[in-house]
Amino acid sequence: MKIETGGVIKKPGSSMDYKTGGWRTFKPVIDPEKCISCWICVGFCPDAAMEKTEKGKPPIVDYDYCKGCGICANECPKNAIEMVLEEK
Amino acid sequence: MKQILKGNEAAAVAAKLAKPDVVAAYPITPSTDFPEKMSEYVANGELPYTQFLPVESEHSAMSACVGAAAVGARVCTATSSQGLELMHEILFIASGMRLPIVLYNANRALSAPINIWCDQQDSISARDTGWIQFYGENNQEGFDLMLISFKVAEDPRVLLPAMTCLDAFVCTHTFEPVDVPSQEEIDAFLPAYKPGHVKLDPEDPWTLGPFGVPEYYQEIRYTQHLAMKNAEKVIDEVFKDFEKRFGRKYQKVNPYKVEDADIIFITIGSASGTTKEFVDKARKEGRKIGAIKLTVLRPFPFKEILPLIKNAKTIAILERNISMGYGGAVYADLAGAVINERDRPFLLDFILGLGGRDITFKDLEEILNVCKDVIKGKKVERPVWIGVNKELIP
Repeated sequence: MKIETGGVIKKPGSSMDYKTGGWRTFKPVIDPEKCISCWICVGFCPDAAMEKTEKGKPPIVDYDYCKGCGICANECPKNAIEMVLEEK
Repeated sequence: MKQILKGNEAAAVAAKLAKPDVVAAYPITPSTDFPEKMSEYVANGELPYTQFLPVESEHSAMSACVGAAAVGARVCTATSSQGLELMHEILFIASGMRLPIVLYNANRALSAPINIWCDQQDSISARDTGWIQFYGENNQEGFDLMLISFKVAEDPRVLLPAMTCLDAFVCTHTFEPVDVPSQEEIDAFLPAYKPGHVKLDPEDPWTLGPFGVPEYYQEIRYTQHLAMKNAEKVIDEVFKDFEKRFGRKYQKVNPYKVEDADIIFITIGSASGTTKEFVDKARKEGRKIGAIKLTVLRPFPFKEILPLIKNAKTIAILERNISMGYGGAVYADLAGAVINERDRPFLLDFILGLGGRDITFKDLEEILNVCKDVIKGKKVERPVWIGVNKELIP
């Protein structure tokens, strides 16, 4: 992709290209041993950056859009999500 | 055909010949004749395809210009002083969106204290907004530079807004003969604007002026800077084309008797005429001085000015502006241009002619004497203020 003169965007719906994951300071890391696949984190994620998988497996975090707010870690009833400082 | 025109009228006649699609302006002294004239041309049918928008403020004027230019219209406006300040945030938007809007600015002092007279603080304060800046010495230059502004701004290699500045009253309200080419000649020089980079079309929607996240913002600024670099070349091409068609020569930097000069005065705007006469007078008295007039301040003409000043001993920059706590703005630009050169003259900024005070031979004599003292080795505190009435200072 090349930027257009004056930053014009010629195709609509380009907001997916805006990877808000770059805002993150702390990254949620899920412990699959502790996770009970209750999907509470998926429901609480304000950026829809967590996705259900199948029973017995942890959800998938989309790090392109996860801003590292930590709500998932706060809501997890099993303390299975740890917020880890990310080095850039 | 020669016409007798005020500076403001010269700019308006030039804008009329450019046949803008939209003129959005709010009147302010001393540029008011411009919107008055444009509105008259539209009302009496001389500009049948132009929309004149009598907006409620300068902020709205520039905003309307941005909107119209985003559709792909040829757009112009005029303002001065407080008006340019009220436009200030939109000036950045015009250049960031790469909209080739043309603005005529009558250089006037800023409040407080309120003052309507000549001073270049207004456009100097806008020199970091990403606009090309032309400064005219007289009404003919104001007329010509307005037309040149359109041509440079709309060049596909540039696509940046451009302002043409004329000194308040000294030019704006003074009648001078101005050579006005025919509409056919102007049409040949400045054909209709064909924008390719902007459009507003519901069938093919584009986003103009979007959110610029950290991953893209710096690149947008970089491309604006590159466009300014391109403008250096395009301005030269347009100046040459203009000279070929109309016989009047323009240069970004205009030297006057600098070849053997020990001392060179640098000016922008109307003080250039006085300075050239002073050079003639001083030369008759055997003093080796010269003068340089800057017609273009942005992009800054580094390449052109360096060879002209490197053999001089002292450069005196006449500043109708003051960055309080620093000094003159043109001095700062020029200092940046010479600082890495091995052979460089001594630079001094002289603050004078603020708020409509005339720049006279007496002032220039005083500047010359300071320069001579500097050459003899005397230490001088800069900026040097000329003509301050010490009796008024508490």
